[in-house]
Amino acid sequence: MANYKYHMLVCGGTGCFASQSDQIKKNLAQIIEEKGLQNEVQVVITGCFGFCEQGPIVKMLPDNTFYVRVKPEDCRELVEEHIIKGRKVNRLLYTDPENKEHVADSKHMEFYKKQLRIALRNCGFIDPENINEYIARDGYAALASVLEINNPLATIDVIKKSGLRGRGGGGFPTGLKWEIAAKNHADQKYVVCNADEGDPGAFMDRSILEGDPHSVLEAMAINGFCIGANKGLIYIRAEYPLAIERLLIAIKQAEETGLLGKNIFGSDFSFDIELRYGAGAFVCGEETALIHSMEGERGEPTFKPPFPAQEGYLKMPTNVNNVETYANIPVIILKGWEWFSSIGTEKSKGTKVFALAGKINNVGLIEVPMGITLREVVYEIGGGIKDGKKFKAMQTGGPSGGCLTEKFLDTPIDYDNLIEAGSMMGSGGMIVMDEDDCMVAVSKFYLEFTVEESCGKCTPCRIGNKRLYELLEKITEGKGTMEDLDILKSLSKVIKDTSLCGLGQTSPNPVLSTIDNFWDEYLAHVMEKKCPAGQCKALKSYIIEPDLCIGCGACVRVCPVNAIKGEKKMPHEINQADCIKCGACIEKCKFNAILIK
Amino acid sequence: MEKIKSLADLKKKREALQSNLKLREQGENTESLIQVKVAMATCGIASGAKQVMETIINESNKRHIPVVVTQTGCMGYCYAEPTVEVTKPGQDPVVFGYITPQKAEELVDKYLVGNEMLDGVIPVNYEKVEQ
Ligand SMILES: Cc1cc2nc3c(=O)[nH]c(=O)nc-3n(C[C@H](O)[C@H](O)[C@H](O)COP(=O)(O)O)c2cc1C
Repeated sequence: MANYKYHMLVCGGTGCFASQSDQIKKNLAQIIEEKGLQNEVQVVITGCFGFCEQGPIVKMLPDNTFYVRVKPEDCRELVEEHIIKGRKVNRLLYTDPENKEHVADSKHMEFYKKQLRIALRNCGFIDPENINEYIARDGYAALASVLEINNPLATIDVIKKSGLRGRGGGGFPTGLKWEIAAKNHADQKYVVCNADEGDPGAFMDRSILEGDPHSVLEAMAINGFCIGANKGLIYIRAEYPLAIERLLIAIKQAEETGLLGKNIFGSDFSFDIELRYGAGAFVCGEETALIHSMEGERGEPTFKPPFPAQEGYLKMPTNVNNVETYANIPVIILKGWEWFSSIGTEKSKGTKVFALAGKINNVGLIEVPMGITLREVVYEIGGGIKDGKKFKAMQTGGPSGGCLTEKFLDTPIDYDNLIEAGSMMGSGGMIVMDEDDCMVAVSKFYLEFTVEESCGKCTPCRIGNKRLYELLEKITEGKGTMEDLDILKSLSKVIKDTSLCGLGQTSPNPVLSTIDNFWDEYLAHVMEKKCPAGQCKALKSYIIEPDLCIGCGACVRVCPVNAIKGEKKMPHEINQADCIKCGACIEKCKFNAILIK
Repeated sequence: MEKIKSLADLKKKREALQSNLKLREQGENTESLIQVKVAMATCGIASGAKQVMETIINESNKRHIPVVVTQTGCMGYCYAEPTVEVTKPGQDPVVFGYITPQKAEELVDKYLVGNEMLDGVIPVNYEKVEQ
């Protein structure tokens, strides 16, 4: 019989998986077998640890040693040194960027110190393909107790009192949503989990489904019991193959164990869950469009009301919640609403998972209590800006959100403060920008996304966003006028006021927010025909500083369009008409003689 | 797979499964646990360190003492094998020599539970070597 003394947890999230974590697991298992240690060392594939920047990650227990950037060929050393000889493999430990010291235990890493894991509590801890590990972590105990108490409204009350708000973007109170769905009487009702996650850069929902699928299944069943639905559907994009695979395994295991299906825990409550696949359209994350897509119709939104809770899937009352919202439910029930509502700010309770990306040292997935400041996220958890550059802004809320500048660094992050600051929580993307990022180009990037993703049903969104994009394009090319800036503002307002769904109602936000915070940059593009960040190609020119150029000719040889001319050992010159601004010369020049103006 | 038909079933199953994850849960708060390292180089293994490790794990589990037991390389006390290093939270490590499986049980009872030294076992004067 196995009597494990060591557990080796190998990250099996999509990121680490792509860097061969499955091969790492195979190698470890094989070497352990070879050493005859298979009854003493257990190797487990888990969900995401969040520190994607440092993946693939292997965590050793019970001593909690955190190995980073592990390669399949490192496995032998890990087993022979760490397990057999009891010595840590220093070269695979995380190095603190500040003091350059090795940090063995993840608890001592800045990245983890301020985190609080509720929705991600089991990610990186259990084997998501083994229901027993979920059960050992109190899995399905919340469902059992809800069925035992047998009072749906009392359970809804717990969720209401906890203060949980929807994590899919809108922040609608979850308990209230359940109550509305419960009070609408119908023969058939549905529970839908929104796993569309279309926000560029966000991957928290995927990580939860990959790392802890049962928590979502359990919560959906609780939701079903509370509102009187016996059918659950998960709408997931087909681009998430690993999450789909793990969900299917989880559903099968839950059915085989009797935790989903007929007469759960011997009660008269029955519930089953099926998957519905989306083709990866942003608008299909909007709940009415999502429902139409599930019905086999075009993925287009319709006017609300009626809300899904009144008339949803197949015209029946339907409760739609986001993956992360669901992942919070079982813990709230087990630990009580008092516990949950003690975390966070006055109107935003609990934690939020953010996908930290952009010009930041520690890219990854973090879960932090509501009310944490941007400064803590950027400089402590995130380890500061890459290459010691200056913080410029943090984009939150993706294509529906806006930018938070330095003056908001100490604002507690919650739903309401973000809106007040001109951005929004959204699904939790956080993209950090530094001094090299042009804010006009950033809003152009988001508008390009919106134009691509608009379903085309309503005119303001279909045509308005296209015009916004064209104006931004004109400005970044140095052809904008002051009148264009006025149109940019007034058109944004019209699109917001007249679009049919949340997509168009929020799509001008990146423009408005950058206009608010970085008006000077817009002016510089229009009045001086300059891009202060030096990003907009049309507005920058490469110039050789004659005093610094020694005429070595290195730039001449790399220039792909032969735009650089000059005599040997004499200062060279760039022909601006031919230059395509690729930047190859600047990288090659050893004398820093080429400048961007 | 066996069906779970009631809350009682679930509880029973959970209890049976929980010990599998105990080791991982301990990793979450290593600082507040007693750390036990058993020297498991050739000399240690030859003199029974494996059984010593088993005993310490099993006996402390039985007594519900929060310990983290790991193995380590040769600590340099080959003459006193099997050797065991015990670090209590906030205290300096103490190394015990000549720990047989019987002595291991006594170590758990006396030093881990209480704070008594063991008869016939001399703590080796020792400076912790950071590995
Ligand atoms: C354009 C658009 C895209 C959306 N995409 C998502 C999404 O990917 N995932 C999600 O959970 N909610 C998304 N929503 C929000 C949903 O409409 C809905 O409010 C949410 O699923 C409700 O769940 P919650 O209350 O748990 O947040 C989107 C909304 C809009 C307007």
